Amino acid sequence: MSVTSNPVDERQQRLLKPREGGARSGRRWALPVALTIISLIWLFPLLLALVNSFRDYAYTAKNGYISWGGFTLDNYRNAWSQGDFGLHFWNSLLITVPAVVLTLFLSACVAFVVARFSWTFNIALLGFFLAANLLPPQALLIPVYRMFRAIQVPFWFSESGTLLNSFQGLILVNVAFQTGFCAFVLSNYMKALPKELYESAVIDGASVSRQFFQITLPLCRPALAALAVLQTTWIYNEFFWATVLLQQGDKYPVTSSINNLRGQFFTDNNLVAAGSVIIAVPTLVIFFVLQRHFVAGLTLGATKG
Amino acid sequence: MASKRRYKGIDQLSKRDKVVVSLMVIVPTLLVLWLVWFPAVGTVLLSFTNWDGIGPLSGIKPVGLQNYIDIATIYPPFWPAMQHNLIWLAVLFFIATPLGVLFAVLVDRGVAGTRFYQSSIYLPVVLSLALVGFIWQLIYSRDQGLLNAITGGTTDWYGDPDVNLWAVLVAASWRHAGYIMLLYLAGLKGVDPSLREAAKIDGASETTTFFRVILPVMRPINIIVIVVTFIESLRAFDIVWVINKGRNGLELISALVTQNVVGEASRIGFGSALATIMLLISSVLVIIYLRIAMKED
Repeated sequence: MSVTSNPVDERQQRLLKPREGGARSGRRWALPVALTIISLIWLFPLLLALVNSFRDYAYTAKNGYISWGGFTLDNYRNAWSQGDFGLHFWNSLLITVPAVVLTLFLSACVAFVVARFSWTFNIALLGFFLAANLLPPQALLIPVYRMFRAIQVPFWFSESGTLLNSFQGLILVNVAFQTGFCAFVLSNYMKALPKELYESAVIDGASVSRQFFQITLPLCRPALAALAVLQTTWIYNEFFWATVLLQQGDKYPVTSSINNLRGQFFTDNNLVAAGSVIIAVPTLVIFFVLQRHFVAGLTLGATKG
Repeated sequence: MASKRRYKGIDQLSKRDKVVVSLMVIVPTLLVLWLVWFPAVGTVLLSFTNWDGIGPLSGIKPVGLQNYIDIATIYPPFWPAMQHNLIWLAVLFFIATPLGVLFAVLVDRGVAGTRFYQSSIYLPVVLSLALVGFIWQLIYSRDQGLLNAITGGTTDWYGDPDVNLWAVLVAASWRHAGYIMLLYLAGLKGVDPSLREAAKIDGASETTTFFRVILPVMRPINIIVIVVTFIESLRAFDIVWVINKGRNGLELISALVTQNVVGEASRIGFGSALATIMLLISSVLVIIYLRIAMKED
């Protein structure tokens, strides 16, 4: 099968060609050079962290940071134990996974109803969720904080006895804030599914829940994957609610534990570098492995697919 | 009859279906109502009271606009914080956002290595702003920072109230530009290529084409980018909290609200008034955003 014989492919080939700075442009080197410089400037702070994280404090203290040498792995060992990263990563996991799953499930429910049925209150409902996503969280802090402190929960549910200082409370807040964005993205996605699918399902006597679980959700897999990646990053990176609702340092997820690290690592920049790299690793893995999904998730919301 | 139901269109619902659909809407709605909208209303109501957060709710006395008057007159960090939020907005709006748009346009030209350029610029977007503040300490720290090592200076870039806001803004812009680039790039990919070709045939230069043809058709994404910039400037919090809990030159409204609630002195009414000011500003932005995002519906 010859690829070029296909007219569609040929058209795509043409579109993929660089639009400007092509062979006839006199300054065809200018753009790549400019972009390379920009990219290097943008990568620089991270590269600096990466390089210094492997360098010995005594060496850089003696020779200054503008030097080369003194490579060691000790910073990572020290940062890991001093920052108690094992505990904080575990906390992050316990918060992020349920929050992402719950957010996706609840937003899929709302999106399904909005997309599947043509009711008049649909737009208002979607607006109600999406607006919630955009409010500044600090503005809602006082009532949430006081409510959580006042709400008693059994000790088997949360060892603090209240929703304050509990993972469950934090997970609920994250879910409430993120549902709007996901519901919006998913409802746009679901609206594009052909109505005939539901028609035949209804004729076959499929209940609404069967339609949801066996038709809609499987077809939304790409959107759900993109949102899962995006939400994992966001909730892992979430700093404010975790900091104020979990007040005890040993309950902090990784991102909030930066609060304490800055004090502890204050005197040693190489520890700061190693700590930064450790904290960044999960999101960097997402960046390198699941980049496509991350970008898709972020741009789905802004551009309607 | 194979099925008990007769087909009456896809919106027909059995009794059980009605319960399921109701639950699918009601459960998420209640959660958001409880943790977002109820607190929003609560914040506004509390802002007109003198509650100190210690006494019972029955001891609350309405004080009218007293909290707002106090904020404007006898609360020293308020005006600096307002000013800092505005500077934050100005820097993101006039520097970081245009930079992100420029990057998007450059990357969109599709020269060899585009993926590398694109990834490098948006790499900071996957990091939290708290971590960004932490990483930039390597550059800004007084004794061990790269900046002082190169210049031979002794400025404490995070500590000196004359410069720390600007130092933080460089770090925040580093992340913001990547974020905007990503959003804008998605918009640019959606522009009909024939528009560009038509402009080219008409002899328009690259610059003219961008400003006269591309920018106008990108109106929805332009507004989204602007609203995102405003919201980010209003929400800015993590990075200053990590550095010094929003004091000493880094006061921001969001940090003041937090200090008044979780700090030593919990002044609920007072903090609520600050939060209400945030809510008021954000509600304008939210309305603009909703109108754009939901236009098609």
